[in-house]
Amino acid sequence: MLRFSRTKVLLTLGFLLAGVLLGAPSLFSREQRQAFVASVPSWVPAWLVPSRAIVLGLDLQGGSHLLLEVDQADLLRGQSLTLRDDVRRSLREVGITPEGGIQLTPRGVQIRVTDATARARLMPKLRELSQPINNAILGPTGARTLEITENPNGLIQLLFSEAGITDRTRRAVEQAIEVIRRRIDSTGTVEPSIQRQGTDRILVQVPGLQDPSRLEALLGRTAKLEFRLLGDTGSTDTELLPSRDQGGARVPVERRVIVSGSELTDASPGFDSRTNEPIVNFRFSLKGAQAFGEATTQNVGRPLAIVLDNEVISSPRILQPITGGAGQISGRFSVQDANDLAVLLRSGALPAKLTIVERRTVGPGLGADSIEAGKLATIYAGIFVILYMFATYGVFGFIANIALLVHVGLIFGLMSVMEATLTLPGIAGIVLTIGTAVDSNVLIYERIREEAKAGRSVISAIQAGFDRAFATIIDSNSTMAIAAVILFFMGSGPVRGFAVVFILGILTTVITAVTLTRMMIAIWYHWARPKAIPF
Amino acid sequence: MILQRLYPLRLWPDESRFDFMRLRHLSFPLSAALSIAIVFTFLTMGLNYGVDFKGGTLIEMQPKEKGPSAIAAVRTKADSFGFGEVEVQEFGAEGGVSLRFPIQPGGEAAQGVVVEKARGEFGGAYNFERVETVGPRVSGELVQSGTIGVILSVLAVLAYLWFRFERELAVAAIIGTLHDIVLTIGFFVITRHEFNMTSIAAILTIVGYSLNETVVVFDRTRELLRRYKTMPTIELLNLSINTTMSRTAITSMTTILSLLALVVFGGRAIEGFAQVMLAGVFICTYSAILISSPVLIYIGVRSGQRVPAGATGAAAAQPAE
Repeated sequence: MLRFSRTKVLLTLGFLLAGVLLGAPSLFSREQRQAFVASVPSWVPAWLVPSRAIVLGLDLQGGSHLLLEVDQADLLRGQSLTLRDDVRRSLREVGITPEGGIQLTPRGVQIRVTDATARARLMPKLRELSQPINNAILGPTGARTLEITENPNGLIQLLFSEAGITDRTRRAVEQAIEVIRRRIDSTGTVEPSIQRQGTDRILVQVPGLQDPSRLEALLGRTAKLEFRLLGDTGSTDTELLPSRDQGGARVPVERRVIVSGSELTDASPGFDSRTNEPIVNFRFSLKGAQAFGEATTQNVGRPLAIVLDNEVISSPRILQPITGGAGQISGRFSVQDANDLAVLLRSGALPAKLTIVERRTVGPGLGADSIEAGKLATIYAGIFVILYMFATYGVFGFIANIALLVHVGLIFGLMSVMEATLTLPGIAGIVLTIGTAVDSNVLIYERIREEAKAGRSVISAIQAGFDRAFATIIDSNSTMAIAAVILFFMGSGPVRGFAVVFILGILTTVITAVTLTRMMIAIWYHWARPKAIPF
Repeated sequence: MILQRLYPLRLWPDESRFDFMRLRHLSFPLSAALSIAIVFTFLTMGLNYGVDFKGGTLIEMQPKEKGPSAIAAVRTKADSFGFGEVEVQEFGAEGGVSLRFPIQPGGEAAQGVVVEKARGEFGGAYNFERVETVGPRVSGELVQSGTIGVILSVLAVLAYLWFRFERELAVAAIIGTLHDIVLTIGFFVITRHEFNMTSIAAILTIVGYSLNETVVVFDRTRELLRRYKTMPTIELLNLSINTTMSRTAITSMTTILSLLALVVFGGRAIEGFAQVMLAGVFICTYSAILISSPVLIYIGVRSGQRVPAGATGAAAAQPAE
């Protein structure tokens, strides 16, 4: 085993060198890396140019982390309202009026039709409302969105099924991610990361953001805009909504929506030419413009109600038909308000309210301090261990130290290739593996000593040392790896960063101990021809 | 000359024949007493849970201009917010203050007001370096996943050891690991270190390290079992530890050195983690030698056969492969 062909030596060295070199981009800034990639002649294939780098976690570069949750109750409420409209349409088609109207329940709607023949005509229509649920991977799942029950006493219930709610939540999260991305992008924020987490959560991470309150304000609003008409008090087709014009007093607003925010094609902040008040200018889509034109033509002289998230923000009187497809919203905005509202309207409404369930912010100063401290700790840990190993094992310690340096280099290299996130606990992980990585070498060396003491020749002791220590190295590192893998799967954010470093550290220490150390010792043996083990 | 005497540096003499097993008469009562004391203090004092597990808001802030510590003024003001009992502590050297507000009634949406209010009151004089708000739902889930993680890792490692070693060795290793978990938690209880997600990471790392230490000794025990089929258990265990002791000493030393670097230079944000790990290395080294191994005296090392303590020359047992 102590014979290594030259090719094997070169291959191993080349492999390890490449691994370490892959980590090099992480030592440079993004601009330097881009400049480097640009400077490489074009005939070099792109995969040969190391360009990937470690991503610094929010705890190191500073920034904000928000965990948002789709408000299930709000989502269901919205869904139930849509369902009520659908049921109403079905009832109209078959010409049936249910006793007591359509009632909303927490999970759907219910109606009462005591006439059995009428019910028999109605049921097929209602069943059409229940859609099959398709899974993106598995295709049709057999489940449907609604559970429809018919009671002999005339009560018909349409409830959202478990599967239906899950499916709706999943789609709501997808839609919300799109909306959030548009909202954050339009604030000019660099590189936000927006990810789904679990079934009903979204993780938003914005590097460098100090005070997330504006972001929270932007994400915390559904931004459902509706153009309706103010109604008369007491009419059944109206509901009472708070009005900003009248200091929060409730005013009657027609339930019918003329045009909703989804028909906007553009919105921008501006100032009213007469009052100089901040306003938002908007433009409707063709369909929206048509509907708005018709409604304003028919209702000249009546007050419009511009409703944002169930609050009337202004109620201007319709002075003349508005057919141009453009308009403006005023509502006692500050300049910032008008700006934000324009952003929200451009980005579209969220499918449901989002609740912030977790927020974490780290200032850039603390992050920079942590990086400095981490560097210092890594360097000192390295120096301590290197000196100690050299004092204990001499030449062999020197070999172990080279393996240690390669080990740390490989961790960086692998993390760079994976574009893994380095967090503060991750740095702690690197420092810790500096201490534990030499364990494999220590196991081998101590075994070599024992074998030599037992009377073996130098070469045979070295050989036996490697062979016999191998099983122990595998066993002891496997148990460590099991704990690390579990940590990876259950941890989040910074802790997961620690687990990544730890798993990679275990991998690279085994690799360097059994390949690099072995090779260096073989080369040293052939060169020095020692008569005894030198420690 | 000095160099010659220093090198090679040996922490543990070769050819030692120390009777480690006798120390069990000391280590067992000591660990038992400690464990009972820890369970008792854990039940009475509890852990100093951080916002990860308890929910609420943590704010760490640094004064914009250096000056005398204004912690008393901060405390008075924070108390006046009416957000419940606020824990105000100094942190770092330069007048930093950390504030911990309890969870606010009113569910997830109600938590944001704390930061808003604090920014308004303290934002002028302080830089907010870290702000963490965890709502009631997330903190509950974190407690759950943390507990599941620790239990899962113990089970997974037990399965691995069962597969790779004899049943008795696996059981003894797990007893040692549980001992280490209890003592580490005791370290948290007594030092009042904040217990958060990073602490779970520390505990899992200690689980890994503890097994690493135990496995190295047991690997040797298994090997010696095959070689010396009739050696009495105590002698066998003593030999296992004595022959691996130099390695244990060196590895503990390198780990302690690197953790010391982390404690001294790692900065205040990682200090706590490093201190716990450092304590963990001592606990693990102690238990691998003086708990896990002597436990084997009582549960036996040879499959299917209980060897009474000190029994000589038990019948040749089949080494399990």
